[in-house]
Amino acid sequence: MRDFSYLRANSLDAARQAAALPGAMLLAGGTTLIDLAKCGVAEPETLVDITHLEGLDKIEVSERGVIIGALARMGHVADHAGIRSRFPAVSEALWQAASAQIRNMATIGGNLMQRTRCPYFRDPANFSACNKREPGSGCSAIGGVTRGHAVLGTSDACIAMYPGDLAVALVAFDATVHLGERQVSVDDFFLLPGSTPNREHAIEPGEMITAIEIPGSAAARRSTYLKIRDRQSYEFAAASAAVGIEFEADGRTIRDLRVALGGVATKPWRARAVEAALIGKVWEPDTVRAASLLAVEGAVDHGANHYKIELAPRVVARAILKMGETV
Amino acid sequence: MTVHNIRVGESKRGDASDGALAQTVGGRLSRVDGPAKITGAAKYAVEQQLEGLAYAVLVESTIASGKVRAIDTTAVQAAPGVLQVLTPETIISLKTASDWFGTPPPDKPYCPLARDITFSGQHVAAVVAETFEQAVAAAALVKVSYDETPSIVDLSDGKAGDGIPIDAMTKEWGDAQAAFASAPVRICAAYNTPREYQAPMEPHGLIARWEGDQLTVWEPSQWLDGMARTYAEWFGVPFENVRLVSPYIGGGFGSKALALGHGAVAACAAKMLGRPVRLVMTRPQTFTGYGGRAATRQTVTIGADTQGKIQSIVHRGINETSIDGMWVEPLGSVTSIMYATPNFSSKQNVVRVNSVVPGAMRAPGENPSAFGIESAIDELAYEVGIDPLEIRLRNYAEQDPEAKKAWSTRQLREAFAVGAERFGWARRTPEPRSMRDGNQLIGWGVAAGTYPVRRAYGEAIVRILADGSVEVESSSIDMGQGTYTILAQTAAETVGVHADDVVVKLGDSHFPRAGVAGGSRLAGVMTGAVYKAAISALDQLVGLAISDPRSPFHALQANTLVVANGRIASPRGDGPDVSIAELLKSVGRDHIEATGDTMPANSTAEDRYKNYTTIAMALPHTEGDYSRHSWCAHFIEVRVDEDFGTVRVSRVVSALDSGRLYNPKLAESQWKGGIIMGIGQALLEEGIVDRRHGRIVNNNLADYLVPTNADIPDIEVISVGIPDLHSSVLGGKGVGELAIVGVAPAIANAVFHATGKRIRDLPITLEKLI
Ligand SMILES: Cc1cc2nc3c(=O)[nH]c(=O)nc-3n(C[C@H](O)[C@H](O)[C@H](O)COP(=O)(O)OP(=O)(O)OC[C@H]3O[C@@H](n4cnc5c(N)ncnc54)[C@H](O)[C@@H]3O)c2cc1C
Ligand code: SF4
Repeated sequence: MRDFSYLRANSLDAARQAAALPGAMLLAGGTTLIDLAKCGVAEPETLVDITHLEGLDKIEVSERGVIIGALARMGHVADHAGIRSRFPAVSEALWQAASAQIRNMATIGGNLMQRTRCPYFRDPANFSACNKREPGSGCSAIGGVTRGHAVLGTSDACIAMYPGDLAVALVAFDATVHLGERQVSVDDFFLLPGSTPNREHAIEPGEMITAIEIPGSAAARRSTYLKIRDRQSYEFAAASAAVGIEFEADGRTIRDLRVALGGVATKPWRARAVEAALIGKVWEPDTVRAASLLAVEGAVDHGANHYKIELAPRVVARAILKMGETV
Repeated sequence: MTVHNIRVGESKRGDASDGALAQTVGGRLSRVDGPAKITGAAKYAVEQQLEGLAYAVLVESTIASGKVRAIDTTAVQAAPGVLQVLTPETIISLKTASDWFGTPPPDKPYCPLARDITFSGQHVAAVVAETFEQAVAAAALVKVSYDETPSIVDLSDGKAGDGIPIDAMTKEWGDAQAAFASAPVRICAAYNTPREYQAPMEPHGLIARWEGDQLTVWEPSQWLDGMARTYAEWFGVPFENVRLVSPYIGGGFGSKALALGHGAVAACAAKMLGRPVRLVMTRPQTFTGYGGRAATRQTVTIGADTQGKIQSIVHRGINETSIDGMWVEPLGSVTSIMYATPNFSSKQNVVRVNSVVPGAMRAPGENPSAFGIESAIDELAYEVGIDPLEIRLRNYAEQDPEAKKAWSTRQLREAFAVGAERFGWARRTPEPRSMRDGNQLIGWGVAAGTYPVRRAYGEAIVRILADGSVEVESSSIDMGQGTYTILAQTAAETVGVHADDVVVKLGDSHFPRAGVAGGSRLAGVMTGAVYKAAISALDQLVGLAISDPRSPFHALQANTLVVANGRIASPRGDGPDVSIAELLKSVGRDHIEATGDTMPANSTAEDRYKNYTTIAMALPHTEGDYSRHSWCAHFIEVRVDEDFGTVRVSRVVSALDSGRLYNPKLAESQWKGGIIMGIGQALLEEGIVDRRHGRIVNNNLADYLVPTNADIPDIEVISVGIPDLHSSVLGGKGVGELAIVGVAPAIANAVFHATGKRIRDLPITLEKLI
């Protein structure tokens, strides 16, 4: 870690202006940023602390949906009664993420912006090739240890997995990211690596996440987040699924279905093919299992991560089945 | 500088589970050092605040094999706060120290910074600065260039070869090959364990300070006298000139027993700079700065009759070692003693790979050894179609099959019986995949474990002070296993005072000596030494009371007196009844002091030095007429998700024979800790190597997984031990390492029962079952 200056922003505009300067970075809970600074990946010259900005930590639930301020803490959002009743998948995604200590520090804005856990990305002293860190330097992961790498949305330049849980639930329920005045859908906010894996988000210098908005829906109300991993707690997903379902009045025919995958893709991954295959169909275990296989259409493995291609559809199927059983 | 004083009375918790008899040996006294740790009052080694402290940061190799061509430190020298840059060229020269057997070292210099690189993560340079942050920033500016050569990544590397035969590990009786060939039932399988890491909470680090040619080192240590010897030999100063201070240790698991390269770097820096220097490894550095458990491969071949009675065991093992160091992980240690067999053969090779030299980690040898034999016997049970518990009883070894001696005590049959009863083993349906709960396949597995009783020597001082309190001093240590507590109980019971009135001082090499806290030997050794010292202090006290003309007991002309609850009286209750303090005052003494040790009579000063600074003098566990071991049986239930392959341990019942327990509460905690570590080993832990770079890539606690609370079910541990006076003065056997042994095979066996899949490669991760 190298020396940096620390600046406490006292207004949104001041924060955005300061953050637009070269070498400046926003500091929220610091659980990603300080960690990456210690690894030598983030080398900010100035840290702009936004945690003292007023009014950015609100959680406002209305008929239309919910608006969650960028500075709301993961733990608070997970426990919020309105979130738990209207967006159970969001609450579950949060409380299965990281540890209690981290959830008490970490913010929603910072959570969306968390970086990949690719071990090569995180160790510049030993692995100089990483297109995400240094465009054009190559990719150390390809041909290396890939057990935790993505099987969907990869490119020749980068196969790094997006590790977060919350954004998977958000992308399932068509949430938008508020960047001050501008709004972007969560799906568009996260970029595929393509040939520019260094660019991960549709956010410009001088912009800041101020809130996220999740429209309310029957599917969001009846939703779950299923996270599968080696360790029961405090680990990123081997594969996860955010699923929301709405039935027709018959209680058996699927009217609306939302499916998104985590732990397997380079960005929070909406599995629209699964949704399309099941909407209008009768909820039935064999149909659900067959349709869930579409979740990994186009998946490419790099050896040790092959199991994710087997695992992800099973996770999707289990989540859809679980949501149907509680009819 | 503070030496830790623990006074039981100051940390009274009023824990009902302590019970009325908690204060005596065998009582459930809570950890007396607990409150200091919980409140933050406990000061760990590198938390000492010293005047003029400077900070050192290590720079490590980024290649696995080759030579350092050049180290460019131009930018470093100019960086703010930098005091010193250490490279192989600039660091002072040290002498090579002897190994832990005390073998005289080759007469050549030792440099803790490498020019010849044999693994990724080797120390090549260090930067010392005024602040820690400056040292970190400057260390990142050190530019090292290398001439790289091909490396051998691990055991599976094509270049690794068969390795070096270690003849001392060969154990043979009967004709194992022939007996196997003619056996009606034969099984043969290979079992692998990966590199595993001790991962203590407190990373390795130290503060070193020179005053003239006197060196003080504050460093977490499992062996003060052994490490002091190494520092003394490195710097060519007398042993007495080195003082190691280690009142608290944040976990060691075998990794903190030896002075290591980073310690030499810090001590050199302190000497060269004339200031105290602090050096703490980063978490990633703890994966390469010293060795974890070696990766192992074993083949176990068993020939049996159709009733499952073993005729022959042929065992072959290999473990990794480094290019220039030698580590032997004794893989035949459990194989050769667990079951009776007329024919046996075990051989072992070690294979050199480009890694740091592996080291001791909780039950080195016994742990991977048990994974082999205890998995194989389960395979045999299925092959002949008998219950896995029954086959273990059919092949029960009534004596040590290798040493051909009687067991000192072996309560393993009792462990099987009690464990099976508590677990409900009789309700198990034998077929794999025959028990389930929805999507969860349920499996029940059993395995046994064992660990030898390692015996060595210890010394202690016991003082009875003017106020009637008792003080114990020893250079032994407490890394959480409970030394402070059990020594307070021992002194309290022996002298006849409350444990509240005992102060135990540990963790200073200037105290009476102790050997390594490793191999589960310390409790047995130190309770013996304190007991002897306390007896002799008590004798002096009673002697004074009887014979000193100023004593109130003088007129009584008693043969003996009783000391209890801090008071002295005659056994019949006639005559005076005074407190220890009053007696000492009446006879004009401000204290009584006695030294006790467990060394053989006639030990010389040289014996004493060797006893405590090497492991060469430890007594073999098969010395004399008996073979001494601790034993255990684990019964484990797993739930395997049939779609996801995730394994969760849902129930553990373990019955253990550690002989007499000095403090059951602490022993149970240690057993549970071992079982938890075993669950991690079975399901999670593995150092993953990048095969192109020869580097561990999951070198941090987010990626190297150890169990969390959520992974651990309620664990029931049951003591089935009886006092074993062949093993120690007070009848205890080993506790700390025993319980991890056998956990991984019990889980693998349960996974087989749940799924029908036999996993022979640890850890059992989900992709192996999916
Ligand atoms: C050991 C460990 C385990 C974890 N496990 C999980 C897990 O299982 N699942 C999971 O989802 N997450 C996990 N995390 C990640 C954790 O959730 C994130 O670190 C956390 O959410 C980041 O939030 P923060 O407020 O601390 O962000 P910071 O560290 O403060 O910031 C992170 C990044 O976001 C930028 N930033 C912060 N706020 C804004 C804003 N308002 N607008 C624009 N940019 C901003 C910062 O400049 C920085 O680049 C884990 C983290 C650790 C360290
Ligand atoms: S996968 Fe992406 S982040 Fe990882 S090394 Fe390759 S380019 Fe870098």
